[in-house]
Amino acid sequence: MSKILVIDPEKCTGCRLCEQVCSVKHERVVNPYRARIKVVKWEMEGKILPVVCQQCEDAPCAAACPGHAIARNPETGALEVNYTLCIGCRTCMNVCPFGAMGFDWVENRVIKCDLCGGDPQCARFCETGAILYVDKSELSSLKQKKGAESLMDLMTKVTAAITQAG
Amino acid sequence: MALSRKIAYIDLTNRRVRTAPIPLEMRRRYLGGRGLDMYLLYNHVKPGADPLGPDNVALVSAGLLTGTLASASARVHIAGKSPLTGLVGSANMGGFFGPEMRLAGFDHLVITGKADGPVYLWIHDGEIEIRDASHLWGHDAHQTQTLVRDELGDDDIQVMTIGVAGENLVRFACVMTSLKNAAGRTGMGALFGSKNLKAIAARGRMDIKIAFPEEALDYNKEIITQVTSAKVSKTMQKLGTLFIWGTTNSTGLVRVRNFQSNQIPHADDIEPESIEEEMIGTAGCFGCQVHCRGRYFIKKGPYTGAYVEGPEYTSLGAFGAEVGCTTKQTVLVGNHLVNTYGLDTLETGSMIAWAMELFEKGILTTKDTDGLDLRFGNDEAVIEAVHQIAQRRGIGDILAEGPLKAAEKIGKDAIKYLIHVKGMSNLHSDERPTPALALNIATASRGSDHLRSRPAIDLYHLPEKVLRKIFGNPVPYDGPLTSDYRDYEGKPWEVLWQEMCYETVDCLGICKYHTVFLGPNMPNFSEWPKLIYLNTGLEFTPKDLWDIADRAYTMERLFNLREGLTKEMDWLPDRYFDEKTDRGLPVVRGKSIDRDKFRKMVDEYYKLHEWDENGQPTEKKLKALGLENEPTHKL
Repeated sequence: MSKILVIDPEKCTGCRLCEQVCSVKHERVVNPYRARIKVVKWEMEGKILPVVCQQCEDAPCAAACPGHAIARNPETGALEVNYTLCIGCRTCMNVCPFGAMGFDWVENRVIKCDLCGGDPQCARFCETGAILYVDKSELSSLKQKKGAESLMDLMTKVTAAITQAG
Repeated sequence: MALSRKIAYIDLTNRRVRTAPIPLEMRRRYLGGRGLDMYLLYNHVKPGADPLGPDNVALVSAGLLTGTLASASARVHIAGKSPLTGLVGSANMGGFFGPEMRLAGFDHLVITGKADGPVYLWIHDGEIEIRDASHLWGHDAHQTQTLVRDELGDDDIQVMTIGVAGENLVRFACVMTSLKNAAGRTGMGALFGSKNLKAIAARGRMDIKIAFPEEALDYNKEIITQVTSAKVSKTMQKLGTLFIWGTTNSTGLVRVRNFQSNQIPHADDIEPESIEEEMIGTAGCFGCQVHCRGRYFIKKGPYTGAYVEGPEYTSLGAFGAEVGCTTKQTVLVGNHLVNTYGLDTLETGSMIAWAMELFEKGILTTKDTDGLDLRFGNDEAVIEAVHQIAQRRGIGDILAEGPLKAAEKIGKDAIKYLIHVKGMSNLHSDERPTPALALNIATASRGSDHLRSRPAIDLYHLPEKVLRKIFGNPVPYDGPLTSDYRDYEGKPWEVLWQEMCYETVDCLGICKYHTVFLGPNMPNFSEWPKLIYLNTGLEFTPKDLWDIADRAYTMERLFNLREGLTKEMDWLPDRYFDEKTDRGLPVVRGKSIDRDKFRKMVDEYYKLHEWDENGQPTEKKLKALGLENEPTHKL
């Protein structure tokens, strides 16, 4: 079994605790700009979307890496950068469709989510459930439940409207 | 690390910036935030300075733990001599500005003088630039943030700004960041406006080093669980501070039609659950899991489509009970307007409610209001009054002066109807049935104020054993403590204890909802030393923190006394003594404050503080706190 991060933007309150704990876990400092996750906000419009690596099955970053430096950790399922092989070309950053490959200007290297070795701090701290760390076998039912909830909500409203209309 | 952050002296008149380190000794004496600001206030503002003149100083600060792995450490504090009261000006806010200013390298800004035209400060990675803000002047608090981000080409910039109210020197204008975070009270927005300072923008990439990262992560998780497992937090996560209304109005502890009743009936539309129907969710400040900021879109009227955050409990009173209105549309729009204009919602609502009572009594007439029908419950008039105050039009120009100056201008008996202490209006709460809360507003250092020393858990009827556990630490207390909120006995100690509690978190940069404010099991003096140690490596005992808070609060007292505070000003409006509550539960009905008992409470409060009978800290007390030689000009 392997686990994966699941993001639900609707549950995100935009507090950026995930960025904070991520940077402490990896760099031992609070510095959201060195975190592997970022809560992108369109603040004045009320839109929020956390961005983090999807650990793609057919990952563009790994495929495009000329040094073959990005490989999957068999234990956690995370795609990790092997810095002894990395040549620092940042091609991975260019090809990632999610913008989830970051660059740490302090260490002068690309950075990405490594699932904290199997205990991702973002999910540990996010109490709203906007970031969950779930087994892949749970993914379908998680989505099905969410879909069912919104459908049920809609049906309740429709029923209420019909009843009200007599 | 956090302790390496600097202080910047920004002289707007000569457009000069000087930076300096903050000596560890000053950290140990004041921590940071409000505490160190109070030192700076006493040391940098000339006695008797005009609050709106260039001699006043605008102080902006991060708390010692702002931005660190201390949950809800998002706060930034603003201080100066208050344009509203002429006494301590002090307000803090959450959002994201505080942490960003630290990431940009600064903990304290001391802004002096006056720019010869509109400016804003741009703080980034250890640098501070004074930039032209002519193109920002006239824009509201939301637009300004977007304009600054666009101009500097970076959406991650955090901006604190004044709206039009601050530009127009409305004496209760606030400083805003994000959608609704406001350093609301005491007119810090007017202070910014008087210096031609429109905004401060910050963006930083400098590490905040955590002393013990793994342990700090674990302890942060522990604190978060402690906070969010409390029922009060779970309710706040859903309704924000609105939830308080359910209890206070049904009990009979709110101000209605200024101060004419203590419970508003037939107000289902403004019940929290009704407003919740409009909400699309809640938002959190930096690193906070309580996320108490409501989020909604306005669905009808001229502001249709506007995205708004809030409203807070305070706005329910300001645009509801106080002004005799019971429609949520008025609350939602009123909240939006004060956020964009940059007005203190509390003072705005209170000023309008007061004007409405004057209108009812015939002290103000349509002649004075240019035809504005200021009848209680007139929703349109309330909204129009907000515009007039911010734009300083019509009667709004007078109300914009704040309680005492407006009362003087209106004359007659106007002052009799004001619900204020020291020139600052009270929350929409009615403290006649609750002597502890009444003592809190009468003695708070910045005027009538529920966030300086309100022992809100006094309302919970907690067993005496629990009260002893909370109020008996870190300083032993063996005097009376009672579970009955109608009692006068033992309450002065609760007020003093709460003063120290709030002062401490204001020095640390932590939100009060992470303290013993609304939940008896919330973090307290026993948790903070470990939190400070794991994040910064600095060691304090709970008693050390108490003494620091005491020192900072005493500085506030010294400043107030220097600027004209008298014993008579630690007192309530006559109406608290002379008029009885007329509604609510039987336990709160027919209540007023007893003058003699209240006098005794104030005296006891002074004594517990080791102040003399005139409220002046004794020499012995000053020496114990190391304040006998202030001002010492160490920073």
